Amino acid sequence: MNYFVTLTLNGLASGAAYAALALSLVIIYQATRLVNFAQPALALLSVYTAYTVTQLTGSYWLGFAAALTAGLLVGAFVERVIIRPIARTSQLNAIIVTLGLLLVVQGGVGMVWGNEQHGFRYAFSYVGRFAPSDVFALVAVGVVALLLFALYRFTPLGLRMRAAAFHPEAARLSGVRVGLMLTAGWGIASLIGALAGMLAGPPFISPNVFDVVFVFGITAAVVGGLDNPFGAVIGGLLIGLGMSYVSGFLGPELATLAALVIVVAVLSVRPDGILSRPTARKV
Amino acid sequence: MPLPVRHLLLAALGLAAVAGLLSVTGDLTALRIAAVGYTMLAVAGLQLLVGGSGQVSLGHGAFMMIGAYSMALLVLHQPTLPLAANLGVIVVVSVAAGVAVGAATARLHGPYLAGATLILAVGLPGLAHRFHAFLGGSNGLNIRTAGAPPFLDGLVTTSEWRALVVWTTVVLGLAVLATISAGRLGRRMRAIRDDETAAAMAGVPVGATKVVAFVIASAAGGLAGGLQAYVLGTVTPSSFTLVLSLTLLAALVLGGIGSLWGALWASMAIVYLDVWATDLARAANLGRNAENNLPVVFFGVVLILVLRFWPLGVHGALRSLGARLRAVRSDTSSRTPQ
Amino acid sequence: MREHGTRVLLAPALALVMLAAACSGAGEVGQGADVDLDVAPGVTDDAVVIGTHQPLTGPAAPGYLAVSQGAGAVFDYVNDQGGVNGRRIDYRVEDDGYDPSRTIDVTRQLVIEDEIFAMVGGLGTPTHGGVIDYLNDEGVPDVFPASGALAWNNTEEHPLTYGWQTDYTKEAKIQGEYITENFPGQDVGYLFQNDDVGEDSQAGLDQYLSDEVVAREHYESDIPDLGSQMAELENAGAEVVVCSCIPAFVALGMLEAARIGYEPQWVISSIGGDTATLQALLTEFTEDTDAEGVPADAFLEGAVVTSYMPRVEDEDDEWGRFFVDVYEEYGHGGPPTNTHMFGMTQAVMFAQVLMSAGEDLTRQSLVDALETQEWQGPGFTPFSSSEGDHGGHQGVYVVRFEAGGAIEMVQEARVTDREDGPVEEVDFERLSPQDLPFHD
Repeated sequence: MNYFVTLTLNGLASGAAYAALALSLVIIYQATRLVNFAQPALALLSVYTAYTVTQLTGSYWLGFAAALTAGLLVGAFVERVIIRPIARTSQLNAIIVTLGLLLVVQGGVGMVWGNEQHGFRYAFSYVGRFAPSDVFALVAVGVVALLLFALYRFTPLGLRMRAAAFHPEAARLSGVRVGLMLTAGWGIASLIGALAGMLAGPPFISPNVFDVVFVFGITAAVVGGLDNPFGAVIGGLLIGLGMSYVSGFLGPELATLAALVIVVAVLSVRPDGILSRPTARKV
Repeated sequence: MPLPVRHLLLAALGLAAVAGLLSVTGDLTALRIAAVGYTMLAVAGLQLLVGGSGQVSLGHGAFMMIGAYSMALLVLHQPTLPLAANLGVIVVVSVAAGVAVGAATARLHGPYLAGATLILAVGLPGLAHRFHAFLGGSNGLNIRTAGAPPFLDGLVTTSEWRALVVWTTVVLGLAVLATISAGRLGRRMRAIRDDETAAAMAGVPVGATKVVAFVIASAAGGLAGGLQAYVLGTVTPSSFTLVLSLTLLAALVLGGIGSLWGALWASMAIVYLDVWATDLARAANLGRNAENNLPVVFFGVVLILVLRFWPLGVHGALRSLGARLRAVRSDTSSRTPQ
Repeated sequence: MREHGTRVLLAPALALVMLAAACSGAGEVGQGADVDLDVAPGVTDDAVVIGTHQPLTGPAAPGYLAVSQGAGAVFDYVNDQGGVNGRRIDYRVEDDGYDPSRTIDVTRQLVIEDEIFAMVGGLGTPTHGGVIDYLNDEGVPDVFPASGALAWNNTEEHPLTYGWQTDYTKEAKIQGEYITENFPGQDVGYLFQNDDVGEDSQAGLDQYLSDEVVAREHYESDIPDLGSQMAELENAGAEVVVCSCIPAFVALGMLEAARIGYEPQWVISSIGGDTATLQALLTEFTEDTDAEGVPADAFLEGAVVTSYMPRVEDEDDEWGRFFVDVYEEYGHGGPPTNTHMFGMTQAVMFAQVLMSAGEDLTRQSLVDALETQEWQGPGFTPFSSSEGDHGGHQGVYVVRFEAGGAIEMVQEARVTDREDGPVEEVDFERLSPQDLPFHD
């Protein structure tokens, strides 16, 4: 029983990180109908920025702020300069370009900071079966999901962002600055991606540190449904818990297979994820 | 000339070209030519799936893995089976895998299909660890396969022979893919890609066609993996990572999604960009970190720039270049008095 | 068009040949021809080209980048002293990203394009396992592959491969004996990587600890999480944890243990025993978190590490100090770690063989030198590279990590075999860096 509780808590903690990354993917999907493969790279850049700032200033929280700022700016920059000219031509091309960006940033981080591992601390103490750092991760993800839900549901900015994503022509006619909305979407998404990085990066960071987290982030987003921030949270926790139980009771080599089974099981019942409204026609 | 015959003739031409190329190059190039061959077959299968039926799969490496492990197991446990039989078995196994995956994902679209295939590519290597007594765990399986037949001793090296075997299989596979793509099935797939609802209303069996596309892609991928195992003689989970699947898709778009020529450019990019970038990094005499990471960055930059300026990929760029040249020529000839 | 015509005819002919050949079994392999070793590719009067495959990028790079950096520093030093027998060592490092299919490509490139004289220290079991046949078939001496797999020591099948690392089973037997002698009656848990590291290590540990072992937990190197494993080890009441893991997972295991308030006695294999790297990682991690009151060396304090090479913390060892000095001058940034020492020890030993092979250098003379070399360091144990036994280092010594970063030798080098032979003390004389001939 004790072991079960431990596995549950471990699963929730790693699930929070998957959920955070899934949230950032959901926002970009909401804003531009794209799955952004560069998301882990942007998170990587943010975390290494935090690493350097923390080293220079000695303050973790300055580094934290620097990471979120870097995420916001880099996300907006990438949308404006790299994605926009290509997104017009084809969606698949835009996805592949985000893949190219992933390589560039991952390699670039290796060029600047080296491929060695670095130690990188948690925001709060990690000591304890359900440590303050785990609580922080879960609370942060929950709050972000709530804020996003409120943004999309209740604010004019959220409404405009959705309009720009789903019906750009109509939105433009009714006075929405579509381009600005897309940039805003990328900026916010990358900011949350940076947060995800700060949650998932510790204890050790290296250029490939987010590869695994990203895979389960996507998985979580898909399982939860790409149209709903709460879906990302549910998906993340589901994947985190499922993998923790399978890893603990059956063996760690089956953890990724467990994620596969969850995806197949969920999507065969609900092809658009747990919390998505069914669409009659593909967009 | 009926289409299949034309495709077979083209295949023969292609094989002859490869044989010619092999006769003037060495063993290292032979290995890379073989790599271009099996990679091209994998990319061509993916092309039929993505470019043909519009299903974006991020898990194509999983099918290569299935093919590669099948080859290794056959060679280890049934060493007397001829290679052609092994390849036949691999096609059957991959078709079965394709049916399973295709049926499980037929209702999914867009990012959901991408996510499901992605986790397939990541999850499948777990089997090699789980059954490590049978599949060798992370050290995988090492095989030795027969080289050139004795009567060709001295004429072709083992590497050249392997490259020829690979390309013979590849050109046959490509001919089949081209024929499918040009036929009724190909038209149905493209109808689904362009508008699923419209295709359904026009009487195209959407679900079945999508599954069939998956099966064909899977067969091509499995065959490619089997050939890879045959050439390299080693099969490990770390060769079939997500990176491989993503690289295949990225290279496909880079090469040009609409034509088999695109698959050729794509496979050449996969095999050679890394080699060139490594040489470039050495020549540029950068710092250690920069030199190590340059090949990764280089591939990314090439992807971004090509898609920025030639949305239809390398093949699209070449075609428009060709069209422009023809236009110039006809322009000048029309000016000369008849 | 005519030219096309003949080519079109050629192709079906070719296809027929392929079909004919396709009838024999794909797995039926004839005996390979004997290789000619009286050759010296890559050797000129003033240089010798050698190559290696290493993970410089990708997920495995963080742990192993330092190996070729260390080796490179030693070769630079050797070259500055005038090289070996008047020849500069031209050390070519190719990145394989720890992907065996790339290892095969870069190995061919090294052999065919760079015409290397020998492969030195190719890193990794799955990666090197894919090229060992090729190297032996081509007659390329395959010297000191960097992994403790048992497979390297098989002189029948791979006569040109010379193992280096103490193999996992030998090391584990000595660990097992040490634990029974020093922690008698305590419950033991294994934590191991789920590949040959784990399998071979257990084979050795079980010879001594089969009654004491209470938990066997494994991890996958691509999933950086030890949460359930550490919980299970604590649950089972393991007082001693034997960690047959790479450094990143040793660090992860220690953090996870600290997290749940579990304080086992750690026994760490040489592959994960790079205490300098561990300490650097943990220091960075704990920086500016004094509130928790756990300084970095508190994690490592009391940990027992097995090793066979000079160690960077070892102030008393001449080779340790020598390597630190060499790295200071020829290395690339950062303090040297024990992973650097790994590459540096390999490099010195290779240079030493090259020296013994003499001025008239061929692959045969290199192999002869290997087979007859009397090894006297820098490693701490006897070394086998003679006919019939290419096992490399024969055993390990044991150190304990003290507070403040010092290490204490708690058991001198002992040796054993990979079967069920006894663990024995040895009398092994090492030569100092000044007395050991490895450069002009």
